[in-house]
Amino acid sequence: MTAAAAVELHDVTLAYGSFVAVKNVALSIAKGEFVTLLGPSGCGKTTILRSIAGLVQPTGGEIVVAGRRIDNVPIHKRNIGLVFQNYALFPHKSVFDNIAFGLKYRSVEKSMIAKKVTRALEMVRLPGVEKKLPSEMSGGQQQRIALARAIVIEPDVLLLDEPLSALDANLREEMRTELKIIQREVGITTIFVTHDQEEALAMSDRIVVMNKGEIEQSGTPEDVYRRPESRFVASFLGQSNLLPGRIASVQGGKAAIRIDNGPELLALAPAAAREGARVTAVVRAQKVAVGSTGGSAGTMTGKIVSASYLGGTAAYFIDAGGVRLQAIATIEDRVWREGETVDIAINPTDCLLLDEGGKRMR
Amino acid sequence: MSGAAAENRGLGWRAVQVVTVLVYIFMFAPIMVVVVLSFNDSQFGGFPMTGFSFRWYYKLLENESVLRAFQTSIWVAIVTSVICSVLGVLGALALVRYEFPGKEWVNTILIAPALVPETVLGVGLLLLMRWAHQPRTLWVLVLGHIMLALPYVVLVVQARLIGIKRVYEEAAMSLGANRFHTFREITLPLLMPAIVASLLLVFTISFDNITASMFWRPSGVETMPTQILSMLKVSISPEINALGTLMIIVTVGLPLIGGGLARYLARSVR
Ligand SMILES: Nc1ncnc2c1ncn2[C@@H]1O[C@H](COP(=O)(O)OP(=O)(O)O)[C@@H](O)[C@H]1O
Ligand SMILES: [Mg+2]
Repeated sequence: MTAAAAVELHDVTLAYGSFVAVKNVALSIAKGEFVTLLGPSGCGKTTILRSIAGLVQPTGGEIVVAGRRIDNVPIHKRNIGLVFQNYALFPHKSVFDNIAFGLKYRSVEKSMIAKKVTRALEMVRLPGVEKKLPSEMSGGQQQRIALARAIVIEPDVLLLDEPLSALDANLREEMRTELKIIQREVGITTIFVTHDQEEALAMSDRIVVMNKGEIEQSGTPEDVYRRPESRFVASFLGQSNLLPGRIASVQGGKAAIRIDNGPELLALAPAAAREGARVTAVVRAQKVAVGSTGGSAGTMTGKIVSASYLGGTAAYFIDAGGVRLQAIATIEDRVWREGETVDIAINPTDCLLLDEGGKRMR
Repeated sequence: MSGAAAENRGLGWRAVQVVTVLVYIFMFAPIMVVVVLSFNDSQFGGFPMTGFSFRWYYKLLENESVLRAFQTSIWVAIVTSVICSVLGVLGALALVRYEFPGKEWVNTILIAPALVPETVLGVGLLLLMRWAHQPRTLWVLVLGHIMLALPYVVLVVQARLIGIKRVYEEAAMSLGANRFHTFREITLPLLMPAIVASLLLVFTISFDNITASMFWRPSGVETMPTQILSMLKVSISPEINALGTLMIIVTVGLPLIGGGLARYLARSVR
């Protein structure tokens, strides 16, 4: 790990009684980086945030923030900015007092406090609301105040636990962009928690995909989306076809995969590919081309089982020689209808292979 | 709906109204009688009214033993409500915010006095004091009233505390406030409505308790209710009506003021 890391988790484990919520999580986050913990509900994302914040005590491992080991430091002596899902603004305090709260415990002068609060409000683009009570503000505004309250103390790291999930859809998208811009401006190291993959893909420098308390994969949004390391990541991000089968032959850098009870597919052969090995072929629904391609190589035919029109694209379920394929295709000339027979093409470079353990074959 | 049915329904409705009014009369007539008669000029504490006068109130003010009983009751009620509120808040905090072994038991034991008949509590505390060789001072009375009222404080504060989300406290601590600061700045202000409510509730419980007070008061000391009782043993003096009216004002007025205050606080807190 480099000395420049802002946050480091060394094999952090946390058990609630006998239930292990977080298992041996190791993570190193660079200064200024925007890292998202992404995973289904209950996978331990909040627990990791809470242990960095000091609201729960890990049962094993070490947490280092800004070069200081903090897992034995009481919460109020860690310098961490925390934004909760429902904002947790103090209902009995004005916006000013909410934002100034953390400054009071950092021996900041009165005149300086006022200045910093004003600047924080400008930063979240809500100037002039100092005297209001949180209850007098909309959800989006409360969200900004909560953000201002957390960043005004200039924390070593900003922790955001599903901060957008309580907003309605339009506002959520707007705040997504806004949040990212503010984060850039301030240059603050940020750990963002969400179960919404779109949010994660849109905002993050790096995504850490979690499942059942463990890290499945960590990488840039493109990495995790295009090169899933495991069955879980492949199925969690986007819509993918996971097709179990067997390697029929390996030839000229291509592997022919005989899908169980189905057709044969071509994939780029990883070095580990051996004839006869059981694999799972992973193909994104967007990479299944549907149309009348005219019988070129790697082409098969299928029958449309269901079609839904989505505007620019259409989603199909296709019966291709005994297996059910999901395809999402841009609409070239028309939407295919149920019962029609279509050509299906899958580019070998778009077909990833998972080994029997569910890990990507290399 | 046919006309006859509507008429029937009208009749039924009328009956309900009449019964309601009768029930209210039954409930409030005694109170009204006391209040009205307290202004009666007559020598006797009953009807008929012979004129309007404040003389029984003036007479009360000259009655040493009544004034002493009033002072005693007020003092006991104030001390009890302050101690009870402090203990109740601490107890409720422990029960809601912390995990410790035997929590269920502590909860049950704190609430139990509200379920045990007062006579039993009365005798019990006296026996305990005798066993501990403690004299029967006013503090025994205070102690007893605390025991009687504490369950209500714990219940009221607990209910409010459950409603105060823990994230407020967590947010405060993450911003740098220690436990004490967090309590003073966040938990306490948010609890204020419940604290005001319990102060008043305890005051009322203590101020008009009679059964247990009969057991616990030191000899020669009267509280307001025991004073009235002993005055009644002699005669139904019109003074008692005036005293009763004052009691009504204190025990009804205070909770009303408190309720309003609590609601006001709760509004500014939300
Ligand atoms: N205080 C707790 N006591 C016991 N189990 C808990 C507690 N908090 C969370 N858990 C469990 O730990 C797991 C991870 O929880 P959490 O970190 O909140 O997940 P996420 O934020 O990813 O949805 C869940 O199965 C949850 O039920
Ligand atoms: Mg969570």
